[in-house]
Amino acid sequence: MALSKVDYNSLNVTAAASKALKWNSTPNGFETGDIAGSMVLLETQTASSDDTLSFTSNIDSTYKEYVFKFFDIHPETNNVDFTFQVDTGTNTSYNQTMTTTSFRALHDEADTATALNYDTGRDQAQGTAFHILGHEIGNGNDESINGELTIFSPSSDTFVKHFIAAVNIYAASDMSENKYTAGYVNTTTALTRVQFKMSSDAIEAGTIKLYGIT
Amino acid sequence: MALTKYNYNSFDVTPVASKAMGFNSGANGLTTVTEGSMVLIKTLTASSSATISFVDGTSDVVLDNTYPTYLFKFVNAHPETNSVDLQFNGSSDTGSNYNVAKTTTAFQAYQNEAGTATSLMYEPSQDIAQGTGFQGFFSYVGNDNDQAASGELWLFNPSSTTFVKHFISVCNVAEQGDVTKHCFRGGYFNTTSVIDAIQFKMSSDAIDAGTFKLYGIKDS
Repeated sequence: MALSKVDYNSLNVTAAASKALKWNSTPNGFETGDIAGSMVLLETQTASSDDTLSFTSNIDSTYKEYVFKFFDIHPETNNVDFTFQVDTGTNTSYNQTMTTTSFRALHDEADTATALNYDTGRDQAQGTAFHILGHEIGNGNDESINGELTIFSPSSDTFVKHFIAAVNIYAASDMSENKYTAGYVNTTTALTRVQFKMSSDAIEAGTIKLYGIT
Repeated sequence: MALTKYNYNSFDVTPVASKAMGFNSGANGLTTVTEGSMVLIKTLTASSSATISFVDGTSDVVLDNTYPTYLFKFVNAHPETNSVDLQFNGSSDTGSNYNVAKTTTAFQAYQNEAGTATSLMYEPSQDIAQGTGFQGFFSYVGNDNDQAASGELWLFNPSSTTFVKHFISVCNVAEQGDVTKHCFRGGYFNTTSVIDAIQFKMSSDAIDAGTFKLYGIKDS
């Protein structure tokens, strides 16, 4: 047993809560950092009657893939859609051209309706509108949408930018909808920012997390 | 050169095997911390490559019972030739042969840029019934400079000697006819032998460019 032990503040690094002790990139010294494996949490935003939630940093060439996970996104207004758009540079128009697909499976609580179908009208063909991730979400206290959105290689200056999303919705009409959407942002300019919003009124509550995949 | 070096038990923290050392939540002491559950094993970059292969035990690739689940990702897989498919197959002999029997399903949603064609459909020409050929992730990716496909393939418990080996894939592709296609595949390698290698290739000619990654997903 060691007679004396090295304490946290004896190390040549500024201690940071809940961070790991790592060698720096040289490696000629210590630094603090995460050891999060290959899925690195970059940012968390929590909605509180926000018209939009915008991720305007952290999206660059550091990772080949970025994943947004959204938890219990709850609309202020009943029967609205949860949507996203992207933009380049420091632009704030959020109106990039997309071609997308959309399909869903649904089943109502009354067990009177089931379906699996292409969701015509909720896709885009070279459109610049916000893409619908989930539609007709209820605003009952226990109603919300959960899911994830993956954007591949947003910083590419060669290829269009593919994305894939999967969500489940507690719809205003008291049904479960499992919705899959995907497509590409038809630009070879690097994407740097992503905005989420409801089709009408605010996001009353919910959490969106952004991860980078190494 | 340090005259003395600190030993593992010199630090004011109780060592735990396979854990890292970090600061506690108050930043006023040391504690052990755990790495995430998704571990990058290997990255391969295609450059006019006929095939991309992940073989257990080769070039630091792990594809055995270390992890219960493996995840492959491909980002901007771009073909040399227009209108081809990215495909995969498994091997039970560490890459000597990629010809494992499989039964699979295939469906897709698509829309063209003109907005004149949409569909959600089963793809009878893309599935396999006990065949040993390569399974396509999609069909007809374009080779225009900005066209490619990105997606992922999950492989479950490849080292089992009891069960068949299930897999699921999802991807999005910029098809040669200026169509976006959201493609889903699922199935199983119908063998109780281990799957210890996975190979990717285009249905014709080379993979001109693209990044392929292999991750292991921990279960504890």
